[in-house]
Amino acid sequence: MIPGQFAYHRPRTLAEATTLLSEFKSDARVIAGGQSLIPMMKLRLAQPGHLVDLQTVPELKLVLVDGDVHGAVRRDTLSIGAMVTQAEVIKNADWAKSLPILREAALQIADPQVRSLGTIGGNAANGDPGNDMPAVLMCLDASYHLLGPAGGRMVKAREFYFGAYATALADGEILTAVKIPTPPAGHGWAYEKLKRKIGDYATAAAAVIMTVKGGKVESCSIALTNLSDRPLLASAAAAAVLGTSLDKAALASAVAAARGIMYPANDTRGTLEYRVAVGGTMVERALKSAFARAKG
Amino acid sequence: MAKTHVKMHVNGSEVEGLVEPRTLLIHFIREQLNLTGAHIGCDTSHCGACTLDIDGKSVKSCTMFAVQAEGAKITTIEGMANADGTLHALQEGFKQMHGLQCGFCTPGMILRAHRLLQENPKPTEEEIRFGIAGNLCRCTGYQNIVKSIQYAAAKINGVPFQEAAE
Repeated sequence: MIPGQFAYHRPRTLAEATTLLSEFKSDARVIAGGQSLIPMMKLRLAQPGHLVDLQTVPELKLVLVDGDVHGAVRRDTLSIGAMVTQAEVIKNADWAKSLPILREAALQIADPQVRSLGTIGGNAANGDPGNDMPAVLMCLDASYHLLGPAGGRMVKAREFYFGAYATALADGEILTAVKIPTPPAGHGWAYEKLKRKIGDYATAAAAVIMTVKGGKVESCSIALTNLSDRPLLASAAAAAVLGTSLDKAALASAVAAARGIMYPANDTRGTLEYRVAVGGTMVERALKSAFARAKG
Repeated sequence: MAKTHVKMHVNGSEVEGLVEPRTLLIHFIREQLNLTGAHIGCDTSHCGACTLDIDGKSVKSCTMFAVQAEGAKITTIEGMANADGTLHALQEGFKQMHGLQCGFCTPGMILRAHRLLQENPKPTEEEIRFGIAGNLCRCTGYQNIVKSIQYAAAKINGVPFQEAAE
């Protein structure tokens, strides 16, 4: 399978990259790790005339931590450059402690070779409902920094996805970094993904971030992968467990609320009914696991 | 479309060529460099038969353009044998432990296992299986491939290889 013809560009700075995108507009695509885009190009589902390779743009590898004090509590916001690979996410010992859901999710993406090139920014920006990071980043209430010819803007992950491959990213814009408010120490987390085999997209998956105080759920967010044409934030499901000790009734009501917003495709991964059924199971497992891992 | 000049280091030698930007790295390696050890199995980044070692990472070379590898240091199966011509520990392991039947997946398996053992010199069986999850074999059922990698790890670490009881 040979992709269509294109011209290849390798900018050395972010400014050069955005200039190229402004020049070629919708005929240009950026390529990060290429692990989704190249397969799409081979199938001729994507046929950009210009490919702007971001691998030599050092700004996109940057990792920064911004401190932010809320009352007596210091909360850090972690900014991860878009070109940080899934393999680098997995290897990062600090994030394994402060943001373990990132590693747990990254380990379930594709396979070692794909993770060695595939990037967090590419996974976030691609817009395929099967990508895993969008739900995780929505669950964490992350924001994306988008840089275009007119400058930069921040868009919340929760407001970024409109449908399959339809996102808030405008022509000429590059997603340069994901900014994640780190959850409090002792929080619970889980990313539960059902897939047919390693390397497959999710049949259904659920991300949970939770804090527990005195044995009761103090805060909770839930997001879903591949259970609609876009990642979903399951707010009503999360609200259903607040203040509970995650007893049977609370779990059942959360699962029912989550199932209520699922609208997965009937495809080779299963029928709509099957995927809604197992989608609920993923929510239940992720809630139980996050609750068990939370301290408090 | 005008061709682009690319230069990279393959198995310790500098190589160059003219490619269309859309030329996949595996096609450049096989058809222009005539290094046909790496195979094209699925051409959809599932099977891992085209796995190469690129700048210290395992990469599926059917899912990378040759132009993206400009300046890269690449190892293919042709570059795995020891300098004196003897087999690399992994090649020896695959031979001794019957880690191949048809052999189609073997170059990708060996290149992937090579990087796995750099990252984790003493992997458990589970870590080996997770580490080669991006490489498909339709003959062996993986049992002997896992043993081959355990054999190589033991040899590289200078400890006797002990086959697990079945």
